[in-house]
Amino acid sequence: MKRHTNFFYLIGQGIKSTFKHGFMSFAAVCITVACLVIINSFVLLCFNLNHMVEDLQRKTQMVAVVDESFSEQEARHLGSQINLIENVHKADFRSNKESLAAYIRDYEEALFDGLSADSMRHQFIISLEDNSLVIQTKAEIENISGIAEVYADIEVSNALATIRDVIYVASLAVAAVLLLVSLIIISNTIKLTMMDRKEEIAIMKMVGATNGFIRLPFVVEGFLLGLFSAALSFFIEWGLYELVLQAISKQNLAFLDFVPFGSVLVAMAISCGVAGFIVGVFGSLMSIRRFLRV
Amino acid sequence: MIDLIDVYKTYETGTHALNGIDMHIDDGEFVFLVGQSGSGKSTIIKLLTAELKPTSGSVLVNGYKLESIRRGKIPYMRRTLGVIFQDFRLIENKTVFENVAFAMRVVGARPREIRKRVPYVLQLVGLENKGRRYPNELSGGEQQRVAIARALVNNPSMIIADEPTGNLDPARSFEIMLLLEQINALGTTVMVVTHEKGLVDRFTKRVIAIDEGKVVSDGMDGYYSYEEAH
Repeated sequence: MKRHTNFFYLIGQGIKSTFKHGFMSFAAVCITVACLVIINSFVLLCFNLNHMVEDLQRKTQMVAVVDESFSEQEARHLGSQINLIENVHKADFRSNKESLAAYIRDYEEALFDGLSADSMRHQFIISLEDNSLVIQTKAEIENISGIAEVYADIEVSNALATIRDVIYVASLAVAAVLLLVSLIIISNTIKLTMMDRKEEIAIMKMVGATNGFIRLPFVVEGFLLGLFSAALSFFIEWGLYELVLQAISKQNLAFLDFVPFGSVLVAMAISCGVAGFIVGVFGSLMSIRRFLRV
Repeated sequence: MIDLIDVYKTYETGTHALNGIDMHIDDGEFVFLVGQSGSGKSTIIKLLTAELKPTSGSVLVNGYKLESIRRGKIPYMRRTLGVIFQDFRLIENKTVFENVAFAMRVVGARPREIRKRVPYVLQLVGLENKGRRYPNELSGGEQQRVAIARALVNNPSMIIADEPTGNLDPARSFEIMLLLEQINALGTTVMVVTHEKGLVDRFTKRVIAIDEGKVVSDGMDGYYSYEEAH
């Protein structure tokens, strides 16, 4: 007898089975959606925290003081060299007159009585891309001929970089734990559908079905349920996020700069898809293992 | 062909199910395996279908050494066997045709082959007009015929029937045994596990009797030889 792979037949069986066991499919989708919404909410929270930390980091500045022998025009030209440094986000020139005005504005005017602008030096106010590289960047700026001194608040920069790293690690850890929890819940839900078909699997084994033949329809079923749950959770997440943003905008919390959903749309879609795939496919594989030992 | 050489099986609970079984069944034979409950019949079936491995000894089935068979090879060994159970084990939500066709699907048969072979086998077991029925719409005897059709459809070299008439009345039991005899006449080896004395005695076949995990008699004298040895 000539053999063929039955691939499309098994795919068809998986699709049929998803609808045939409608109630269990519905239960599995509900649980998966709930888990994915929780995971994605956390991912979004991390996106926002990371965004806020980066914003704060960008606002942390470095001051490069120009050599006093440089005229204003010569000093201004140093800006192009500073901007060439990779980690420099922006370098704004501040002349000695502007520096004096800034000091007078920030402190008591009496302190600067009788002080002329010539006693001040031209400066660059520099913001960085990555504050964890502040020491290297400071050294690079100091190497530029004409820069006399560079002041940087290294402790604040390092603290912000540490906060960002902690958020990264925490977000990864919590997402992994939630994914594992979802996987176990889904695996148990699929296990219930398999209990229902235990006899069918035993018969398949007895007539000589390979494990792959038995597994594929269940994997297809898990894949479809995972994908559907991912799509559903994505749109629910989108709706919830917009509601939260609206609520925040009414609370005069404008200083909190939230990421618009549009800018994380692709990342969220990929995150939902991957999580749905992992939960659906691996959930099925985990649950079927026990039933194949006949 | 089946060859059991000095087979012992001890379960994890410590129960000694088989105590040095020797048995040889040639291709084309019809054999009854008889014995009381707990004698070791079910353990032998499980060894022959590779559900269990022997504790020691050698189990050879249709060229496969089951004491050392790799897990991935088991499905292919099972395809050389057709197994029939007392409780029929049909898939309730599939029609008679689908139940039989399913066994062909499993081994990778093409849809065209399935459409040709299944009606032929259903005709062989006398169910040519019941293909569209579901198992719960059939009598016990008819359900067992479906199970026989499923066992036969892939043309196995051996049929193992585990108490195939246990759920049937005497008339239906006799019909099933006649059907198995016909299948054997077509060249398929048949092994029937039963404890129905009357049924065994109506056929002049080789009877292997098991007791306490050992072969206690083996011959053409029907159930009588088993009782005598007991």
